[in-house]
Amino acid sequence: MAQAAESRKRGKTKEAAVNQPQLLDAYRTMLLIRRFEEKAGQLYGMGLIGGFCHLYIGQEAVVTGMQMAAGEGDQVITSYRDHGHMLAAGMEARGVMAELTGRSGGYSRGKGGSMHMFSKERNFFGGHGIVGAQVSLGNGLAFSNWYRGNDRVSLTYFGDGASNQGQVYESFNLAAMLKLPVVFIIENNKYGMGTAVDRASASHDLSKNGAPWGIPGIKVDGMDVVAVREAADLAISTCRAGKGPYLLEVETYRYRGHSMSDPARYRTREEVQAMRTQHDCIENVRHKLEAIGVEEAAFRAIDDEVKGIVQDAADFAQTSPEPDEAELWTDILVEG
Amino acid sequence: MATQILMPALSPTMTEGKLARWLKAVGDSVKAGDVIAEIETDKATMEVEAVDEGTITALLIPEGTEGVAVNTPIAELSGGTEMARPAPVPMAAPAPAPVVVAAPVAAPVADKDWGETKPTTVREALRDAMALEMRRDGDVFLLGEEVAQYQGAYKISQGLLDEFGAKRVIDTPITEHGFAGMAVGAALNGLKPIVEFMTFNFAMQAMDHIINSAAKTLYMSGGQMGCPIVFRGPNGAASRVGAQHSQCYASWYAHVPGLKVVAPWSSADSKGLLRAAIRDPNPIIFLENEILYGQTFDCPVDEDFILPIGKAKIERAGSHVTIVAFSIMVGVAMEAAKVLAEQGIEAEVINLRSLRPLDIDTVVASVKKTNRLVTIEEGWPFAGIGAEVVMQVIEGAFDWLDAPPVRVHGKDVPLPYAANLEKLALPQPSWVVEAVKKIV
Repeated sequence: MAQAAESRKRGKTKEAAVNQPQLLDAYRTMLLIRRFEEKAGQLYGMGLIGGFCHLYIGQEAVVTGMQMAAGEGDQVITSYRDHGHMLAAGMEARGVMAELTGRSGGYSRGKGGSMHMFSKERNFFGGHGIVGAQVSLGNGLAFSNWYRGNDRVSLTYFGDGASNQGQVYESFNLAAMLKLPVVFIIENNKYGMGTAVDRASASHDLSKNGAPWGIPGIKVDGMDVVAVREAADLAISTCRAGKGPYLLEVETYRYRGHSMSDPARYRTREEVQAMRTQHDCIENVRHKLEAIGVEEAAFRAIDDEVKGIVQDAADFAQTSPEPDEAELWTDILVEG
Repeated sequence: MATQILMPALSPTMTEGKLARWLKAVGDSVKAGDVIAEIETDKATMEVEAVDEGTITALLIPEGTEGVAVNTPIAELSGGTEMARPAPVPMAAPAPAPVVVAAPVAAPVADKDWGETKPTTVREALRDAMALEMRRDGDVFLLGEEVAQYQGAYKISQGLLDEFGAKRVIDTPITEHGFAGMAVGAALNGLKPIVEFMTFNFAMQAMDHIINSAAKTLYMSGGQMGCPIVFRGPNGAASRVGAQHSQCYASWYAHVPGLKVVAPWSSADSKGLLRAAIRDPNPIIFLENEILYGQTFDCPVDEDFILPIGKAKIERAGSHVTIVAFSIMVGVAMEAAKVLAEQGIEAEVINLRSLRPLDIDTVVASVKKTNRLVTIEEGWPFAGIGAEVVMQVIEGAFDWLDAPPVRVHGKDVPLPYAANLEKLALPQPSWVVEAVKKIV
């Protein structure tokens, strides 16, 4: 945590670079993700969402900070803990929630579910259910940018659990060889399902995992959206300049279990409580905003707006019809 | 005493090669380990080392000679006591000669008449197909192990690096999982990769991306995100390369919705179907065969020549029995048909060309005419292509069958290395003849 604290400090010195509207916007995005996920948990409990459902609560600053630095056309790809990434990438809450309930109004018309959602329009490439697979695929998105000679960057997210997968290192090698514009973002939330990171990885500093391939990496305080934004600026601009891949280890924490069915007995209640009360990313940004004079009314307006969006999404997700039975047989192959 | 130096076999499938260059002249003395010649095989250019001392007394084959058969004397050495042998590959026996293929008889299912043809190897046909499509579409590129500077492990990509450059013909490290996944990601974003697996045996390392990422994303994205990609390379047994390098994956891939699976036999199949595969907006598994690479067939020269995926071809018409085959087994079936014809049995041989989609209509129509069915495949029988074809024929033509269908297939064992055991495991024309005679 020492390094994380240092990076938080580094973030503070640069706070002037993030202006008040941007910070308010970050607050809004993070709150939207939090409220959306709370609602999803609620709908899951009601039996309206089935299968696996992995909530992003606690980690909101990571994707929000990254998206603050991302440009139009940059691609995003992640694992199955993907709802936050979609909302931050500008996808509609309605479409995401309706996919969770398996309805025709969902982004995949109900055929993908929580773990498999995509938006070509928003350059969101999933939503992948196989741990680590998105890293190779994200490399491929970067490859397409390299091949086409544009200046877009692939933001490829994975967890501390996936960081041990062999294909991650095959991807590091390929990305470094070809100088692909990819930011590898390890969302280190301390546990790969129920296994603490130090019980799964002999590497004690995941930010150095790309070092053998010459991939620069830094540790970032993922509970501080400004620190994430700052690191993202550095990483993305390095990639955009054609200097090859960059690795960010973003230290974060998920408050909920791995999935809805996880009793989370591998950590203490006190540990979770301490993160929630002392390091919460939304509280963190709220304090920053208060310090620069943002009034209670402004927060309330955002809270109300977000609540409205989430309620609307939940209503839509319950009223949107189930997919037509004919959908069983569509989208297997592109015809013609 | 003069010793003959023989043309060595330098790869498991090599039956002949080009004597590219002599590095010694008549009168030169050589000692063990000296490089005496360079030979181009179907895979690479190899150096031939002397294994004994002596003086070259004759060079029997001039340099530049192509098609020198394995075991042909190429030089004479005086003073030696042993024959020179290639140092790098401890091959005792040359690979068995490839199946001799009869020229196709009339083709009742009319392929469009593409006019003029010329003798073309399967290898050239595949290369030409890629080159034509890469000229046509800048989004098409080739990646894989040894495809660029090495010119292809089996020389399929020969010349492509020179024509298209390093950005479109890309050598990868030996990391199938990572580079196949990268290619799938590029395809999801609209590029059209051709992934060469040095053999499909190695594609198992990439299986997750082929199935979970390439085949399923269109469905999981509600039709938003297709994956226009071709995975190609040699499939099945080569010759004497043992269990891990000799497996037919046809039924594995044909099992999966979201994939198309193509298995060409001839040069025309290879060229026409590979062009169609590259243009297809879906993920395609393109199963080639190493032993076929060097075989020559007539192939249309028309610049626009292309074949539809999903249509079988009747290679030989007949009225007594239908033999359904794909890939190299089409040649085995044709040879069996020739033997059967001598015995008064006319077999109709169907080359499936495509396994998914499967052109069952052509098979059913044939069985309704012949009332008998034999399937042949190199792979294992359990849940194999033969089992599927038989079941679909039972569903579509049960009342027309006059005898139970018979499956000919590779034996249900890991492929052994020993020459005699290997031969016992892989379908031979005589097996097909016997199978037909059981039911006719």
